[in-house]
Amino acid sequence: MNTTILLFLIQDGITNGAVYALLGLAMVLVFAVTRVILIPQGEFVAYGALTYATLAAGQTPGTAMLAMIMGLVAFCFDLFAARKAFRPKAILRAAAVDIAFPAIVLALTWGLAGRANAIPVNIALSLLIVAAIGLFLYRIAFQPIAHTSVLVLLIASVGAHLALEGFGLIFFGAEGLRGPAISDAMISIGQLQITGQSLAVYGITLALIVALWLFFDFTLYGKALRATAVNRLGARLVGIRTSLSGQMAFLLASVIGAISGILIVPITTLYYDTGFIVGLKGFVAAIIGGLISYPITAAAAIVVGLVEAFSSFYASNYKEVIVFTLIIPVLVLRSLAAPEVEEEKE
Amino acid sequence: MTQRWPIVVFALAMAALPLIPDLPPFWIVLLNNIGLAALVAMGLVLLTGVGGLTSFGQAAFCGFGAYTTAVLTTAYGVSPWLTLPLALIVSGLAAVALGLITVRLSGHYLPLGTLAWSLGLYYLFGKMELVGRNDGISAIPPLSIGSWRMLDAGAIYYVIWIAVILSAVLTTNLLDSRTGRGIRALRRGHIAAEAFGVNTARAKMLVFIYAAVLAGLSGWLYAHFLRAVTPTPFGVHASIEYLFIAVVGGAGYIWGGVLGALIVIVLKEILQSYLPLIFGGQGQLELIVFGLVLVALVHLAPNGAWPWLTGLLPFKRRPPRIDTTLPLAGRPAAEPPPVLLQLDGARKQFGGVLAVNDVSFAVGPKEIVALIGPNGAGKSTTFNLITRVLDASAGRITVCGADIASATPQEIARRGVARTFQHVKLIPDMSVLENVALGAHLRGRAGTVASMLRLDRADEARLLAEAARQIARVGLTDQIDQPAGSLSLGQQRIVEIARALCVDPVLLLLDEPAAGLRHMEKQQLAALLRQLRDGGMSILLVEHDMGFVMDLADRIVVLDFGTKIAEGTPEAIRTNPDVIRAYLGAAA
Repeated sequence: MNTTILLFLIQDGITNGAVYALLGLAMVLVFAVTRVILIPQGEFVAYGALTYATLAAGQTPGTAMLAMIMGLVAFCFDLFAARKAFRPKAILRAAAVDIAFPAIVLALTWGLAGRANAIPVNIALSLLIVAAIGLFLYRIAFQPIAHTSVLVLLIASVGAHLALEGFGLIFFGAEGLRGPAISDAMISIGQLQITGQSLAVYGITLALIVALWLFFDFTLYGKALRATAVNRLGARLVGIRTSLSGQMAFLLASVIGAISGILIVPITTLYYDTGFIVGLKGFVAAIIGGLISYPITAAAAIVVGLVEAFSSFYASNYKEVIVFTLIIPVLVLRSLAAPEVEEEKE
Repeated sequence: MTQRWPIVVFALAMAALPLIPDLPPFWIVLLNNIGLAALVAMGLVLLTGVGGLTSFGQAAFCGFGAYTTAVLTTAYGVSPWLTLPLALIVSGLAAVALGLITVRLSGHYLPLGTLAWSLGLYYLFGKMELVGRNDGISAIPPLSIGSWRMLDAGAIYYVIWIAVILSAVLTTNLLDSRTGRGIRALRRGHIAAEAFGVNTARAKMLVFIYAAVLAGLSGWLYAHFLRAVTPTPFGVHASIEYLFIAVVGGAGYIWGGVLGALIVIVLKEILQSYLPLIFGGQGQLELIVFGLVLVALVHLAPNGAWPWLTGLLPFKRRPPRIDTTLPLAGRPAAEPPPVLLQLDGARKQFGGVLAVNDVSFAVGPKEIVALIGPNGAGKSTTFNLITRVLDASAGRITVCGADIASATPQEIARRGVARTFQHVKLIPDMSVLENVALGAHLRGRAGTVASMLRLDRADEARLLAEAARQIARVGLTDQIDQPAGSLSLGQQRIVEIARALCVDPVLLLLDEPAAGLRHMEKQQLAALLRQLRDGGMSILLVEHDMGFVMDLADRIVVLDFGTKIAEGTPEAIRTNPDVIRAYLGAAA
């Protein structure tokens, strides 16, 4: 191996690792707040990436319509939940979030699709669409069962993953798509060539990690989310609306997922079902971080990316085996140091 | 389970099914698939629904079973029947290896860990030369008896369903036994189970291996049914589907696994054959509908279909009748040692908090000692030190003269120290009888295999008889068959005392036994405790009801902020100025 390949592998590993870090962080966030193990994170990635690529290709993505329909269903759920007392303010709020928001997004999509939009416009639109889907997904699939065990939530999560993957096939077809790069710049430092796209990946990842940290440690809203994570009932008693915390977590996770997708779709071809495996790699990082620690998760994600890059060079056949068994030594260490676990309460 | 006729009826019905004239052969194939899935789901019921360990890797164990027989029969010409034990052993060994790594992880780590290695194994199956990479292995010989080769689906149907019914019966037997009570305590009562001598780590490993062996059996049958194996049916999606089957059917019920397999496989079949007709051939609509149904199902019936179905039946299972005359051998009678329990400078530090600060006291034979003090004085922590739920930071604790510094909670129970908990730790969905019988765990001997084969009945009857006697002793015979969770909190505390008595203890540790009791009940409890003391037992109790304590205790130890501030007879304590200051403040 010469230096060029080494540098290339390291760069490739870090770029992928940064994306896994984002996904891992989103999973930690969602699990901490809602106890949902977010299997559909992969769909957020695929939806984000493919919506962006479809818009860039001048077509109308079906995801906008899906967001609208999910919004309508969510509105029905909100109406049903509010059936015992007529509170016009709550219903107006529900109508604004569940109907007006996706309707505006849909209108924008119809209006803008087919034109040669600037890249930021397409990105913003993709993010809005996926954000709406993430928000309504929580409202429909998880909020009514938020009090149940982790296992039940997990099964619902798997169900959501299967359904969204099926929709993905309908919207985007079985063919893979690629999107335009955010930046075509190219910087050479000696033998090392860094593309603008990689720089964008690093920058955005870092910015998001810092933003999350600031959000959770320094804002009242972030603290409320953390409080919900520690103790749902306690959080409710002090006036935190835990359903709102859950929606917030899903909103953030879906936006982060979509950003990751948009970041990688110019680098690799994405298919409607690629998200699952990409999401799972973020997941490996999240597990290494114990589903609680953001910095360890981010560091672990970089390691996952590097291991993947190097094993695809040395033993490409066993790349996935190596990446997914990477977690086992970590689990062994964790199990040796595992504290007494409290029992499941219902 | 005394009522076996539903299983016999079911077995006969299944045996008669293929004899129906003009039954489409496709139905038999479907039934075979249901049986194969039911086997795996049954293991998951035990593992996940009962034991509380969620696994995303069951399909990988099917893979171990299927590939073992595929390789041995095709490459080495071994007879399929000979590979059956090997297939089971290989999946069992794989479970031992993977279980050692993952089973200790509780909570959400376990499902995540299983997800990781099941992905790894899936890719491994697809890349290894030995198992034919992604192409798999084909031309696997069928099962045969003599010259009869089970080539068509109708022949292997019987093998599959005999395996399903046998496994269901054995699993039901296992759960309804001494070992089974230990398993059922894993999910929601492992701390209590440990305190009564159940080795929970071993019980977890047991269910993990058991579930893997059932999956291996399913894999072995699969290989000889389809006569070809590829990695796809052993991937994560298949594992998720098995979990789904168990949840749909009812994760807590063995027959829920079978029912779940029926519902899911038939539903999938219908979706796959009719959806394209309705919506045209585009896309994977069944995937969407499947996912949506899954979400809807979890919302509407999180406990699954089986409890819902059995709830509709007009007749209920009769609880077994207990013959309370059967004796259970107790502790060999011996002169009690002069000191049962001795604490010497016991100390417990949680970070910067000193919960128990160099506390020393002793409990002698035939005495009731009360440990009192304001909230946060360290009373329950002291209990946890004595029962080895917590490690002492310093000091020496001896039980009957033996140092317990390195003992496990099970060993403490074996030495004759039984306890109740401040926060009641009963298994809410088990009956009072079964909860109490858990206390007699160490006094039974029947093991796993004996339980499965029903060789444990004599042993089990004696355990249940002892449990029923202790329940009668505390006056709860009327509630004996009710689920423990349905009792009032005060009654649940009394159930805990009955459970502790089942240990046949020399020392009984009671953590706030009178909390939540009415006046009359408190008096009955006091009378019972005096009677136990006069019978030779020593009692150490934590209690806040001063009237109760002053009336009952022979000696009182007072803790305040983790430090012992007084010890003496109730009269001496009542007038002790330090105690009054601790309870009422300095001005008093």
